[in-house]
Amino acid sequence: MSLMVFMAVIGFAVARLRNLFGVVMLTGIFSLTSAVLYVVLDAVDVAFTEAAVGAGIATVLMLGTLALTTSEEKTVSDNKPLLALLLVTITGAVLIYGTLDMPYYGDPTAPIHHHVAPRYLMDSAYETGLPNVVTSVLASYRGYDTLGEVFVIFTAAAGVLLIIGRPQRGRRRARRDAQWDIEHGIRKNVILRVVSKLLLPMILLFALYVQWHGDFGPGGGFQAGVIFASGFILYALIFDVDLARAVVAPRVSRFFLALGVLLYGGVGVVGALLGGNYLDYSVLARVPTDGQHLGILLVELGVGLTVAAAMITIFFTFASQER
Amino acid sequence: MTAAQIPALQVVVALLAAPVCLILRRPRVAWLIALVATWASLVMALILLFSVLKVGPISYLLGDWEAPWGIEYRIDMVSAFLLVIVTTIGSLVIPYAQASVEAEVPAARVYLFYCMYLLNLAGLLGIVITGDVFNLFVFLEISSLSSYVLISLGKDRRALIAAYRYLVMGTIGATFYVIGVGLTYMMTGSLNMVDLATLMPAVIDTRTIHVALAFLTVGLSLKLALFPLHVWLPNAYTYAPSAVSAFIAATGTKVAVYALLRIVFTVFGEVDVLSFPGVQEVLLTLAAAAMIGASATAIYQENVKRVLAYSSLAQIGYMVVGIGMESATGLAGSIVHLFNHALMKGGLFMVLGCVFLRLGSVEIADMHGLAKRMPLTMAAFVAGGLSLIGVPLSVGFISKWYLVQGALEKGWWAAVAVILASSILAIVYIWRIVEVAYFRPRPEGAPAVSEAPASLLVPTWMMIGACYYFGIDATRTLDVAVGAAETLLGGLR
Amino acid sequence: MEFPGLINYWIVVVLMMTGFYIVIAHNNLVKKIVGLNIFQVSMFTFYITMAKVKGGTAPILAEGIAQYSNPLPHVLILTAIVVGVATTALGLALVVRIRDAYGTVEDDEIEAQENDR
Repeated sequence: MSLMVFMAVIGFAVARLRNLFGVVMLTGIFSLTSAVLYVVLDAVDVAFTEAAVGAGIATVLMLGTLALTTSEEKTVSDNKPLLALLLVTITGAVLIYGTLDMPYYGDPTAPIHHHVAPRYLMDSAYETGLPNVVTSVLASYRGYDTLGEVFVIFTAAAGVLLIIGRPQRGRRRARRDAQWDIEHGIRKNVILRVVSKLLLPMILLFALYVQWHGDFGPGGGFQAGVIFASGFILYALIFDVDLARAVVAPRVSRFFLALGVLLYGGVGVVGALLGGNYLDYSVLARVPTDGQHLGILLVELGVGLTVAAAMITIFFTFASQER
Repeated sequence: MTAAQIPALQVVVALLAAPVCLILRRPRVAWLIALVATWASLVMALILLFSVLKVGPISYLLGDWEAPWGIEYRIDMVSAFLLVIVTTIGSLVIPYAQASVEAEVPAARVYLFYCMYLLNLAGLLGIVITGDVFNLFVFLEISSLSSYVLISLGKDRRALIAAYRYLVMGTIGATFYVIGVGLTYMMTGSLNMVDLATLMPAVIDTRTIHVALAFLTVGLSLKLALFPLHVWLPNAYTYAPSAVSAFIAATGTKVAVYALLRIVFTVFGEVDVLSFPGVQEVLLTLAAAAMIGASATAIYQENVKRVLAYSSLAQIGYMVVGIGMESATGLAGSIVHLFNHALMKGGLFMVLGCVFLRLGSVEIADMHGLAKRMPLTMAAFVAGGLSLIGVPLSVGFISKWYLVQGALEKGWWAAVAVILASSILAIVYIWRIVEVAYFRPRPEGAPAVSEAPASLLVPTWMMIGACYYFGIDATRTLDVAVGAAETLLGGLR
Repeated sequence: MEFPGLINYWIVVVLMMTGFYIVIAHNNLVKKIVGLNIFQVSMFTFYITMAKVKGGTAPILAEGIAQYSNPLPHVLILTAIVVGVATTALGLALVVRIRDAYGTVEDDEIEAQENDR
């Protein structure tokens, strides 16, 4: 509970602080603290994802935006603070009123623990064969929601391309600029360059581990995709954006962006062709559990591909804006 | 693949067409993919509608997991009707869009435009067809995110800030909706609409559920732009590219109204939420405020797209009035108005797209004497405008007739007065534009314009023509609407 | 109505309202997105708090564990997190374009520019 109080303090600080850089940093800490909270609350997959996505990607994007715009909030910018405060207080009061009939925190007799969820916990081992129940539910029982979710991230990447997409600079020019930066800028710092080069393969390997291990422990496509992308982001930050972009050309990342969702959606289509309903994995193999395994493996791969490509695309699009 | 898979394909075809557009970057190819996907979706929607009319509600289990452990698609008359509405509008807008988009969006981005459009279409269809409240949220966000992007593509820089404001308000609305879902889930343990309906009577008296209903309603009201949560709409409709305005104005808020109908009459269908103290009064007051206030504001606007945007706000008021009546007639009036207004507004925005293509502007000041130069275009505007006012033989008349009937049945004279008053106001704001276009001479230095090209005019006239076709012979739409209303009011059957 | 049973939810409500306040009361477009983020993360915390069972553990099946926390809210929030970051990315992209077009990222200054037209 002290974690939550800590989060509340951070929240207030964010509201009061005018230096936007500080605001973004605090938001990152807010996300990270919530991730720790989720671990305490037994939500390990969620904590993993929140840390990677919320504290990681969101913070990077916000910093990127600040670099492109401004880093100080102007004047006392609240133009209607009283009205806003009133609205917020009313909404908060309504919510608290609503909590009065709720089941208590941690109560094992709460309705949600006796309807729908018990089957996941008791039968998923038999029906999908995976120990990680969250993965079973995410990729199979409610796999269609996850398809939608991958499409959301696809929409974001395509949207960012539409809104601020720029043509890529030539490869040779990128190398020349990078060389100058290495000699004169941040890249002059040897420690950063060496350590990041050492870390890069570890990061990518870890991403692959998380991707495939998600059936047995916390992990899966989303986390893996973000970690994989972060390797490239690290390279771009330390070395040069255009150089990194030369490694993963926009054409390539666009291709994988589409490939991932097509893979996921395609698995569903195959399931339908083989006689089941859309996204039924049991028909993919002779033994239904094997089919589930295969289906979940493939869709998680699809998720990982699209998420990695999306994060790379979004980051690179932000990073290659003219300043 | 058998016809039994159509419910899934209805959404999946549009969904999977989007990444295909992304890979094949050429603009004409992307347009073609969008066209084929939309027309295929229309065919599927019609098949579903006819099936539902014949055999009753269809249930489809995704992944073959039974509800509520898996996600269920449930298609009854209301959903089928909405599917047809959305796909019909799309099928007419896409042929229109080819020339319109080419003129308004940079060539290098056109393939991304169609990719976004397909995502928007898939999102809307996904909302309408699902029987799971959380799945609704996921597809709500797909459609919302894609619409933010599409709106931002307008040439005027105000499109950007309009899209941003819509994003912020839309996300707040979506978050409220999810909070509502969370509260409902907390008390019942289920996310499936039909399942929730059976569990609801046991928990309906808890404060948590009351608050849940409030959050669900407020969240969706933001999306359907019910007064006073409407502020994002005028700018979003005005500054978006023409084809986008036409599509979104005709579909976005309708689908949000559908979601509200589902929550109120299906999820909460076993309990009569409209009889809770104050609910009906609040709903009707807000609807009336929208009808009168928005129509009056429309009269003072200089930008014709803005006039139509405010007119849309008023029309949303009509739809909510019908919901508030909670009678078969009133509700049927609302539901048929979903279809009718989609045709009218879609058509009128398409007319404006024609004007914009030739004139480069949609300000009233620039439209003096336009009727002589663009006779077919302006004639379409007059026809659509008359339908909006509610002239007999047009679809507008059908909707208003049913709503007035519903009000008379309940003895609500004030409601009748409001409906008629806003129709009169509509005459004023339509006449203003017609008068300028037909009865003022073209000023000396005005640019020479010619009639809009056939690729724009044909879909526009088809849309406007449909306004009169379904106004003269409204039996088909009314049968579906009345049937849908009865389904909703009957709770679960 | 006991204190300890509901206090977690009350703190979550406070968190949510803080985020909500930042969105509606502040003018800076980036800060609004930040507020939106805080609002959403707090909403996630609400769901996750709901899922916890006293004496339970993470819902990964293993030998000898009898009580698990509820996996369904976890799945829902995983989806919601992704939706949240997608919204953030698009919002920030719009802010970058707005900065280019208007020269500022303060909502009241933008409104002033709009009204001058």
